Amino acid sequence: MQPFDEMYSRLPYEDKALRDHYGPYKQWLDSQSMTQMQSYQEEAEVIFRRVGITFAVYGDKDEGGAGTERLIPFDLIPRVIPSQEWSSMQLGLIQRVNALNKFIYDVYHDQEILKAGIVPLEQITNNPQFRAEMVGVNVPHNIYSHISGIDIIRAANSKGEGEYYVLEDNLRVPSGVSYMLEDRKMMMRLFPELFSSYQVAPVAHYPDLLLETLRTCSPNTTHDPTVIVLTPGMYNSAYFEHAFLAQQMGVELVEGQDLFVKDRFVYMRTTQGPKKVDVIYRRVDDDFLDPSIFRSDSSLGCAGLIDVYRAGNVNICNAVGTGIADDKSIYPYVPKMIEFYLGEKPILNNVPTFICRNPEDLKYTLANLKDLVVKEVHGAGGYGMLVGPAASKSEIEQFREALLKNPSGYISQPTLSLSSCPTFVKEGIAPRHIDLRPFVLSGKTVQMVPGGLTRVALKEGSLVVNSSQGGGTKDTWILEV
Amino acid sequence: MLSRTADHLYWMSRYTERAENTARMLDVNYQTALMPQTQEAAQNGWQGLLSISELLPTYLSKHPVITPKDVMEFMVSDDSNPSSIISCLRSARENARAVRGSLTTEVWETQNQTWLEIQKLIKKAEFKRDPAKLFEWVKFRSHLFRGVTVGTMLMDEALHFMRLGTFLERADNTARLVDVKFHGVNSEFFGENNLSDQEYDFYHWSSILRSVSAFEIYRKVYRDIIRPERVAELLILRADMPRSLHASLSEVVINLRMIANQQSTGTERRAGKLLSELKYGSIDEILANGLHAFLSQFLDRINELGFDISKDFLVPT
Repeated sequence: MQPFDEMYSRLPYEDKALRDHYGPYKQWLDSQSMTQMQSYQEEAEVIFRRVGITFAVYGDKDEGGAGTERLIPFDLIPRVIPSQEWSSMQLGLIQRVNALNKFIYDVYHDQEILKAGIVPLEQITNNPQFRAEMVGVNVPHNIYSHISGIDIIRAANSKGEGEYYVLEDNLRVPSGVSYMLEDRKMMMRLFPELFSSYQVAPVAHYPDLLLETLRTCSPNTTHDPTVIVLTPGMYNSAYFEHAFLAQQMGVELVEGQDLFVKDRFVYMRTTQGPKKVDVIYRRVDDDFLDPSIFRSDSSLGCAGLIDVYRAGNVNICNAVGTGIADDKSIYPYVPKMIEFYLGEKPILNNVPTFICRNPEDLKYTLANLKDLVVKEVHGAGGYGMLVGPAASKSEIEQFREALLKNPSGYISQPTLSLSSCPTFVKEGIAPRHIDLRPFVLSGKTVQMVPGGLTRVALKEGSLVVNSSQGGGTKDTWILEV
Repeated sequence: MLSRTADHLYWMSRYTERAENTARMLDVNYQTALMPQTQEAAQNGWQGLLSISELLPTYLSKHPVITPKDVMEFMVSDDSNPSSIISCLRSARENARAVRGSLTTEVWETQNQTWLEIQKLIKKAEFKRDPAKLFEWVKFRSHLFRGVTVGTMLMDEALHFMRLGTFLERADNTARLVDVKFHGVNSEFFGENNLSDQEYDFYHWSSILRSVSAFEIYRKVYRDIIRPERVAELLILRADMPRSLHASLSEVVINLRMIANQQSTGTERRAGKLLSELKYGSIDEILANGLHAFLSQFLDRINELGFDISKDFLVPT
């Protein structure tokens, strides 16, 4: 199927199919030479290097033997979303995240959704993402996923119009928000003239909303809460983002070695002695948070942390055990969750999904492997995935075997062609596939900035947008009018 | 602030200052080498430079003989020498990166830019033809770093730890410089037995002064010909000479006071005591008791101060 194109509705590019809100941009773009665009591109790279917006590549060394730091490619051409599309997407996102938070609360308390037979019990109890340590634990405002990154794609429907679908929920430690902010800064720096012809909704107040969210989730209500960001350290691939957010919020960026537990409270070691910590915005996975409970070889966390957490003397954001709600095996049930907890119709669609543990779905999947996308339920980052139409015969056969061996380990979906957007590549301006990750903040209230991270698959025809697999980013413009 | 953060800030500044002082030392040797001098004097100059930084054994394990070219490379671009300019700038940048959230954007970008550029400069290898230009550049990056620090950082603990690192390192480096340049071959430099060394010419003393940007200051302060005991006095005791031991220690004391905590009283007292010895000391007294002995003791005490600061603030147990 032809993808929907954000700028021209369809391929190949024809001026008569240009979507209205891209009009002024197209006019501007036509007046730029390719050499000029090239020099903008180079300027952007120099600035990103100087600012140090790089990610470390594990085990990768340059000729000199030093660890390499790479840039995530940045594309000059923005993805533009008209205001009415955004308002309905925003409502859908808030609704979805509300339901997901209620689901996590329910799973670790009365399990009503399981009793009602809507989500099968064994999907929860046999799931490695289910954290028994969280059963019966109460967290402030019953919020578990404080920062949710919801991956949205757009595919052409039968009328050739673009329709949004949620592809995946990221409720553990979603990353990428710093690129949303830095991409905007870069665009305003390179192309100030564009921002006077467009009313682009600003996103720069995200760290402010994040800080407010974290502060409202403090377990202590008597004094000014101490919020920190917990990072695995400067060799983590997302370190730039951790440091950036800590700095923007004006809070300490802490590593596990800076923390200790005493008398059921968490403290950080400061130059003026120990200081009590109330809220930990952690960018460390569950498994590494507390060596006395989870992986005992972890030095990234703090021994005794979970005990303090369960006693209600510190809050961890996102909560421990949110993985139970963003697992691919749970994803198909989200629309039903929305109806169950909120009594509302889902505003955002799921991609139709076949759950291979159901015999009928498995049968269908096996019969249609060459047309489907098959995903491992616990896979992430674009790994452990079969894209049927792009796969070789032997790859398909490998997946068939794996599916037969362990059907519950997989789901399948029709191959939706992600929408495309004009992108500046070596050959000039050409369509490349994109997705969108808006960030939803949940504390006392649910808030978000109008925008998100647009990821772009820079390889021609590729549908994989992950930065680990050659993806780049684009600035995302939500128009105010 | 986090102890670990303070530690990174302190070392970021120390490494930046060390890179600058290494560049200054190399520069003075390079300039002297352009003057007519005996083979032996030239050799002594380069050897002194290595022993100043306690690097002679490491150097000799890699290079059989002391040649200007090898020393220069060892001190500028050798990754395996932790005191080379490139290693110092890398360490400064790594420390900055670990706490970039506690730095202003300008300070971070200055450190990052310095690191990106030094790699390019060294790759181009142009510095081998014109090392003075590289040394000048290193000095100016360090000036820029200090300027951007006091010009943009909130005047809180973070800044005080950075300043503390800068001046402790400077006190150490200046003391080493004086020690090696006033080193008598077989005996105490100012002793009766060493009159010949004391008659080093104008060029010797002026190059030392220039290496700490003090040549013009000397003229202004003494309005006289250059005498070795005055050079020593200027670099050790003058409160208004920005790279002297006295001036550096003053800043150490000021910044220590700003970050004081419950356990740092002893450290403050020891720093204050050292400062008052410089404040009320005289050059005649120091020379009478032996310059080398004075400087060795000074370096030991600076070293101890460093340990105390670590224990009190940076890596509390």
